[in-house]
Amino acid sequence: MASLIGLYALIFGLCFSFLIVFFSVKNFRNINVFDNKIIFLTFLQFFFVVVSFLGLILSFVVSDFSNETVFNHSHTTKPLFYKISGTWGNHEGSLLLWLLVLTLFIFLFLLKSKKQTKQYRILTLLFQQIIIIGFFIFLIKTSNPFNYIFPVPDEGLGLNPILQDPALAIHPPILYLGYVGSSIIFSSTLAATSLNYISKEWAKHIKQWVLVSWIFLTLGILLGSIWAYYELGWGGFWFWDPVENVSLMPWLALTTLLHCILVLEKRLVLTSWVVILSISTFTLSMCGTFLVRSGILNSVHTFANDPERGLYILIFLFCLIFLSLFIFFFFHKVEKKNIGNFFWLSKETSILINNWFMMYFLSVILIGTVYPIFLEVISSDKISVGPPFYNKLIIPFLIPFLLAMAIGPKLNWIKSELKIKSYLILFLLISLLLSIFIIKSLNINFLLNTILVTSAFYLFFITSRDFFIKKFKFFSQTIAHFGFSLLILSILFNNIFSTEIITNLRIGETFHDEKFKINFENIEKRNEQNFKSFIGKFNIENFNGNVEILRPELRIYNQPNIVTSEADIKTNLLTDKFMTMNLVQNQDYFNIRYQIKPFMFWIWFSVLLISFGGIISLFQRRYER
Amino acid sequence: MKDKIFPIFLIIIFLIIFFIFYNGLQNSNIYTPKTNIEKNIPSFKAKIFNTDDNISSEEIFKNDKYYLMNIWASWCVPCRDEHPFLMNLSNEKSIEIIGLNYKDDVVKAKKFLSELNNPYNKIVFDEDGTLSIEWGAYGVPESFLIYNNKVIKKIIGPINENLLLEIKELIK
Repeated sequence: MASLIGLYALIFGLCFSFLIVFFSVKNFRNINVFDNKIIFLTFLQFFFVVVSFLGLILSFVVSDFSNETVFNHSHTTKPLFYKISGTWGNHEGSLLLWLLVLTLFIFLFLLKSKKQTKQYRILTLLFQQIIIIGFFIFLIKTSNPFNYIFPVPDEGLGLNPILQDPALAIHPPILYLGYVGSSIIFSSTLAATSLNYISKEWAKHIKQWVLVSWIFLTLGILLGSIWAYYELGWGGFWFWDPVENVSLMPWLALTTLLHCILVLEKRLVLTSWVVILSISTFTLSMCGTFLVRSGILNSVHTFANDPERGLYILIFLFCLIFLSLFIFFFFHKVEKKNIGNFFWLSKETSILINNWFMMYFLSVILIGTVYPIFLEVISSDKISVGPPFYNKLIIPFLIPFLLAMAIGPKLNWIKSELKIKSYLILFLLISLLLSIFIIKSLNINFLLNTILVTSAFYLFFITSRDFFIKKFKFFSQTIAHFGFSLLILSILFNNIFSTEIITNLRIGETFHDEKFKINFENIEKRNEQNFKSFIGKFNIENFNGNVEILRPELRIYNQPNIVTSEADIKTNLLTDKFMTMNLVQNQDYFNIRYQIKPFMFWIWFSVLLISFGGIISLFQRRYER
Repeated sequence: MKDKIFPIFLIIIFLIIFFIFYNGLQNSNIYTPKTNIEKNIPSFKAKIFNTDDNISSEEIFKNDKYYLMNIWASWCVPCRDEHPFLMNLSNEKSIEIIGLNYKDDVVKAKKFLSELNNPYNKIVFDEDGTLSIEWGAYGVPESFLIYNNKVIKKIIGPINENLLLEIKELIK
């Protein structure tokens, strides 16, 4: 029943798209004031998508297995929370969520843009409707979430246990708010370009939307990364997996866009950057959807392999690309008078320099992600691109990037004087000495690591100083940049200082090493709602006598029948102690993996700080003067 | 004219990208294991595990004999699960088990084998994972039953009791 309502609501929603397009075109031509009927229609469309979405949630909650999506991804013994999150834990449901956010955002946009001109609002709505219609048809035609199956099965197939996790339950909605939020930026940029509407005021108005999607995208990536850290049990937080890359690429484009918008808000320059970045952010999001959903890349996100779906997204994606290219080349007017007006030592120049670095990082990741596909098609050679590629190409370029990030915000807009400030040099010396002190005792590449740590420390000190000197004046920027320096520092130290022990232990056995003593005390068995759990108890004594107890867990899920291993992580401010236990079948021992990962907390915390900077900026009425 | 060249150039580039992605969609055979069955196995040259010598697929796979090509790694948890079944299967005279050590650390892999015993007649080393891609592997573990240079069965995921019986039935 709920499925049926959901399906009809979806079809109604599509019909409203056509109504909206009809009235918008009429309104665009005739009357001078914005027709409020259109806002109402947009609201109704959003409403019907909500109904459809609730219909799907309800089908999941009551385990209505006559619905194919529910049958494939749910099970009666699953806890209610994961029945609900299972709604978007699959291809069809997640696309419905995508559509929900699309319609929600355009409705909010119309409410929030009352000060803008009628032409601009309507054109934005029209561009957004093109995307919405595209997704409606995609959903109804190739991935209908409400397919009916008969005879009705008694039991569903269950949700992949590694997706049954609180972080992953909220990861898709948050990430989608970021991904799909970029669609508003895309539509409004296309509208503003065609109407030659790009101005300082427009920049101010669109900045909010850039910030909103940027914040959600940052948090969404963070959640995914946290999930990978404790659920996949490898003890890493970033694997340069294609799926992670496709979320990082829009983030880089969006971050660059944010900085360009700030420049545009001050001076009417970098308009081409803004237009191109707005377009590429959304197309990169779409491209990511294509790559992970079509089955070209394999990952946890590849829910089903269906070439028809891949083909549809591909055609749709390229239609949008060609549409935006057309608009860019035919309508975009470069501001001639401001070109070449950049003084070499100014804030905008430093932003421009960092933009190019960002574009470099973006291209490295883009090439690393899609090149294997290209090569396979062209020469049928197969290669796999892994972390060494990214590390070698990205890390050296982080050094000038970090330095420019430290010094850039110190410069004035338009023109600054070249004065050597003593504290800039002092901090550089302190950072250098500190890094040499830390690195010299370690057996790693001295020069590169020292310079890298120095530049990260440098940014760290300079932004920390800003907290005291400028107080709340540039608070959002300071906090975001401080967060970034903390992130880089934590990642560097995490890489340098991590240790790992892998061993096999029977119950009661003890592992010895010059640094640790690991004792496997006992194992406890529990029955949970949809899995059995075995919890090991380990006593770990380190060389100075501190004892820690860790309880890693093995879960045997009943539907589908899969064994997962849950890491036990003891977090404190300095280090994470990370332990996983794995079953070795037909043996009486377990495989134990014990890792000490320093600064993990600070990695998560610094990303939170970065997004917090964005949130402050969103609520700050005025940017710096 | 000059300012038209750039847009046209860009459009051509995007068309090429479209074409490549389109083709990529067509031959994503990695995800449709059925097409691999009954096809000749890919020929390759790879390092023998723990040595510097190379071996070619022609030297490994002979006609009229059954082979089980098993992709494994020491870091792979399900590989430990299926290991006892491989040990069991290694007692069969009519089949040779070939290990494909996937993206692994030689030291850890050796430890793995010394811990759990070695069921493999030969092991080739796939350090960067390209060989497994050529075989159309989903992941680790994965096994291919081969006869007369053809894959007659592909097993995704760990071998269990039923699959073991099925293999034994097939090689009778």
